[in-house]
Amino acid sequence: MSDHDHHDHHHHDHHHDHDHDHDHSELSAMDARVRALETILVEKGYVDPAALDVLIETYETKVGPHNGARVVAKSWIDPAYRARLLADATAAVAELGYAGRQGEHLVAVENTADTHNMVVCTLCSCYPWPVLGLPPVWYKSAPYRAKAVRDPRGVLADFGVTLSAGKAIKVWDSTAEIRYLVVPERPAGTEGWDEARLADLVTRDSMIGTGLPRAPGAAA
Amino acid sequence: MTRRPVPDLAALPHIPCDAEGPVFREPWEAHAFALTVTLHEKGLFTWSEWAETLSAEIRAAQAAGDPDTGETYYSHWLRALERLVIARGVTSAPAIDDTTAAWHRAAEATPHGQPIVLPIRL
Repeated sequence: MSDHDHHDHHHHDHHHDHDHDHDHSELSAMDARVRALETILVEKGYVDPAALDVLIETYETKVGPHNGARVVAKSWIDPAYRARLLADATAAVAELGYAGRQGEHLVAVENTADTHNMVVCTLCSCYPWPVLGLPPVWYKSAPYRAKAVRDPRGVLADFGVTLSAGKAIKVWDSTAEIRYLVVPERPAGTEGWDEARLADLVTRDSMIGTGLPRAPGAAA
Repeated sequence: MTRRPVPDLAALPHIPCDAEGPVFREPWEAHAFALTVTLHEKGLFTWSEWAETLSAEIRAAQAAGDPDTGETYYSHWLRALERLVIARGVTSAPAIDDTTAAWHRAAEATPHGQPIVLPIRL
């Protein structure tokens, strides 16, 4: 289980009510126990880790409250909410009743007519899973991360996304402290749609910037 | 991505689901679920054997005062999976405990923000 390495988020509370070292990682008891069983099963040849990753990825949208799509949809129809989201995404996401360890320290970056945002994580697999669901398998791969930094337009082309030549691409590098949520542009042809209908257009990949929202005719 | 068909979820005691299938509170729960599906596909146990083991684990937890609010569901699930894997002779309880401890040590040796990797074991 080389992904999801951030069940170890630290709460840097201001009380300092325990004095052990906060600079290292921690695993929850259950997380460590699943990893242990998985390690043993892989070592003994019962489980192929790559196949397991593929199976787990099919549950992409089924882990955590997975509320990013609703956050984005609300930002499309409610300008005041959008302003709050861009000012303080952690608080704006919490406003909808969603808070979680991995969702903390969230920064929302908006795609505009001039700029496309894409998120990578060159250091780690910090990923706001309560907001986005599970990360894609390739997200943590070194080649993806390296290429995203070096050639973001090429990475987008790999994913079938072609942006107009004049559009700038900003690449954001997640850290242990900050995780990013891309707010994609609202698709044309969705005038008058309500939040729930719009949320169906918002894919996970559109919220990490490796994809665009679904077209109105192609909603799942 | 098309979701691979999974065995009969209705055979399991009140697994957390939405209209499309199982839902998980945290990533480790999805891992526990996927390990079980994978081992079943490998033929390590039948689905009815799995359902019986899980049911027994949940009944035992309830008898021991489990609040049964759904938050502990995958704890019981993992316990049942460990039990079945041990019963099949794949591993032992001490080996699982040792490996769990190794993961905790690996986490402690990993600076915050970096991937936690288990050292190669002999």
